[in-house]
Amino acid sequence: MSRNVGAPILEVEGISLSFGGVVALQGVSFDVREHEIRAIIGPNGAGKSSLLNVINGFYHPQQGSVTFKGRRRRDVDPHEAAQAGIARTFQNIALFRGMTVLDNLMTGRILKMKAGFLQQALYWGPARREELEHRAKIEEIIDFLEIQHIRRTPVGRLPYGLQKRVELGRALAAEPALLLLDEPMAGMNLEEKQDMCRFVLDVNDQFGTTIVLIEHDMSVVMDLSDRVAVLDYGRKIADGAPDEVRRDRAVIDAYLGVAH
Amino acid sequence: MQPGSPETFPRLLLERAALTPDKTAIREKDLGIWQSWTWAQVAEEARALACGLAAQGFKRGDRLAIVGDNRPRLYWSMMAAQALGGISVPLYQDAVAGEMAFVLADAEIEYAVAEDQEQVDKLLEALAQWPRLKRIYFDDPRGLRHYSQGELMSLSELEALGREFSASHPRFFEEAIEKGRPDDDATILYTSGTTGNAKGVVLTHRAMIATGRAYADFEKLGADEEMLAYLPMAWVGQNLFSYSQWMVAGFCVSCPESAETVTTDLREIGPTYYFAPPRVLEALLTEVTIRMEDASRPKRALYRRFMDIARRVGGKILDGDRVGLADRLLYALGDFFVYGPLRNALGMSRVRVAYTAGEAIGPDLFAFYRSIGINLKQLYGQTETTVYVCVQPDGRVKPDTVGPPLPGVELRVADSGEILVRTPGLFREYHRNPAATAEAKDEEGFFHTGDAGYLDADGHLRIIDRAADVGQLADGTLFASKYLENKLKFFPYIKEAVCFGRGRDKVCALVNIDMAAIGNWAERHSLPYSGYADLAGKAEVRELVGECVEKVNRDLAADATLGNSQIRRFLILPKELDADDSELTRTRKVRRRFIGEKYRTLVDALYSAAPRCHVETQVRFEDGRTGTVAADLAIVDAKTFGVAAVRKAA
Repeated sequence: MSRNVGAPILEVEGISLSFGGVVALQGVSFDVREHEIRAIIGPNGAGKSSLLNVINGFYHPQQGSVTFKGRRRRDVDPHEAAQAGIARTFQNIALFRGMTVLDNLMTGRILKMKAGFLQQALYWGPARREELEHRAKIEEIIDFLEIQHIRRTPVGRLPYGLQKRVELGRALAAEPALLLLDEPMAGMNLEEKQDMCRFVLDVNDQFGTTIVLIEHDMSVVMDLSDRVAVLDYGRKIADGAPDEVRRDRAVIDAYLGVAH
Repeated sequence: MQPGSPETFPRLLLERAALTPDKTAIREKDLGIWQSWTWAQVAEEARALACGLAAQGFKRGDRLAIVGDNRPRLYWSMMAAQALGGISVPLYQDAVAGEMAFVLADAEIEYAVAEDQEQVDKLLEALAQWPRLKRIYFDDPRGLRHYSQGELMSLSELEALGREFSASHPRFFEEAIEKGRPDDDATILYTSGTTGNAKGVVLTHRAMIATGRAYADFEKLGADEEMLAYLPMAWVGQNLFSYSQWMVAGFCVSCPESAETVTTDLREIGPTYYFAPPRVLEALLTEVTIRMEDASRPKRALYRRFMDIARRVGGKILDGDRVGLADRLLYALGDFFVYGPLRNALGMSRVRVAYTAGEAIGPDLFAFYRSIGINLKQLYGQTETTVYVCVQPDGRVKPDTVGPPLPGVELRVADSGEILVRTPGLFREYHRNPAATAEAKDEEGFFHTGDAGYLDADGHLRIIDRAADVGQLADGTLFASKYLENKLKFFPYIKEAVCFGRGRDKVCALVNIDMAAIGNWAERHSLPYSGYADLAGKAEVRELVGECVEKVNRDLAADATLGNSQIRRFLILPKELDADDSELTRTRKVRRRFIGEKYRTLVDALYSAAPRCHVETQVRFEDGRTGTVAADLAIVDAKTFGVAAVRKAA
């Protein structure tokens, strides 16, 4: 294996987040090591998506801190997180439906574009060179995700499974160090799920990208991830290797319910 | 043929590299950009690969398996093997490991070139049955990083080895080519075989090059042609059109980006020379029909109006027949509004010569393409004849024939109705199968095609069916199953059909619906469905297919000889016929006998009075697992017509 899991790249400490009286997260701490695939699971409403939103600066927690690549911070804006190398996909696909796959992927490069507005509008000099470089990078991603045949198709016309793949592509376009995937396989059929699993593993293997994913399909989680954190009612109830978590009493209770 | 012109492929290649070194020879779309190589570069690549293979111990007479989609490096590998006096054995890229193992063992293959991980996996699996395979070279390294098998090496590494070898043996490549003789074997092509195991057809350099030259002369192919290589490399046509003719005429062959992008790539390249088997043309027409049905009302009306005109005069105009001025003007208008844009959408704006072959094409399907100004022609031939027997000549296309025999072809019709041919491109033998060779090739050197047909008054060949497949109903009526099936398949809603009737009292059919066309139809009619089997079982779908069968029967009733072979009963299969289940050949021809056996209960039910029947059948999924499909099927009694009644009405 070329992939060697290293030191923690992300540390989340004592995060508490509430919306008015609704408590979403309570003192959640966990870490993600470099190059690993880290899963977050839990029943509906456990706070999984909220946690991702805290990591990439969508939500600002009332307590706790996030340390990414050694930089500790509490309040960060999404674009700062993106600049630092965090990319994500969304539970409900958030692509530009009227734009082609190619253009959608190009938007993933925006943070890396240096040319000014006027240069870009005139498509002149450095702007032109820059665009060609970005396009070359995008073509690598298109090749990687095997979506050559839909390059020029507007995203809105694509089936759901492919849209998910395009969204992954857009996140990859930013060449992130940390990739947050919010239910990448939700609503997919078996074949699409297998494809997506392969892509997640390939991304991790070839680019060495660290991945945090939320997923409901247990077999997927168990197969893919190095470590699993389990949330229930905003608290972390278990954390460890897939096999340990599967046997954990608290986890079984959370999923199957307990007799009171 | 001019004397002194090269008679082996490697010599042809050297000639190309000397005559037109800077002309683009081959392109491949990679990372969204068409990459191209000139003839000089191709010769250099072939040299590197040949020297690499030689360094790895590949000897004269050795066979190199090649498996994958059309990729430049796979073509270069073919050239490399032939330069060393070796034989290329291209395999079907969608064959399963077991089928590959059969060919590997039959051709005693020790060296193989694979396109990617998928093919490497299958070869490694086949290794268990054929351990003598000692080297597997791969083109695309993706996913293969963690493979540690000793057999594996990338083509890039092989080329690097070759460059080293070539540096220390600078004359090696040319000397190896010098040793090659025109009557050496160039390639072994395994025929899909509608019955039994595949047979390896051995073709020599001389046969393939003679055929390539004859075609190039007949169609006046020049160095400016553009062609897209998108059909399996293991198929004889691809070896003729984008290998032999390519090197003979020196035109440019383009390899598509992937199997799914062919339509886009076709439009980008704009080929002048095009080949498509009927099923591809059928799929394109289905797509056009679907999109027109979704178009706005005025567009639909325009399309219908002008397609009527095209149907009436389009073919005649293409053939240079006399057509009135008014019709010519209308056609010109239609060309501007409909046919031109349609040709463009199909990627056929620049097509000068288009061929179709492989199986009989529906007459209406054929007429459609000709009517919009595409010079589509049928050709007739087999792997054994390097597909060189008959072609419809420009301006004299008779749709129900495949044209007169080509120059240099001797053609006879045996008493049994079977067509016998002798051509310069005839195969040498079936590999390691003298019994089959003796059966197919008689003492005089005539090949027995197995097709039944006759030459008409103008000397054009008309094929009826496979000699073994033309039969009679119990009452003596002529029954040509493929003819009926093709009539059914012309409807966009019907993907495949299998007709039964030989020796029976009536004709019955199993029908496969076209998921894309019927799915779209169902959506437009707000008919919910969950999947293929569910859709196939809907009463509305049965009714729709019933209408198609009714139209076929109406046509048949107008034909005195075939009138009694109208389709009396049919049913819709709950699963698609699939090559993975051995129901189709790899070139997607129906294996009638196998299907008859497999679905015996259904066939029996068709010939009983039962209104329903139950079927349970095994299916193989793409990942190799198997499952079963069970369904209760309704049998439909089709509407038939009295032969005389229709005549009166008409």
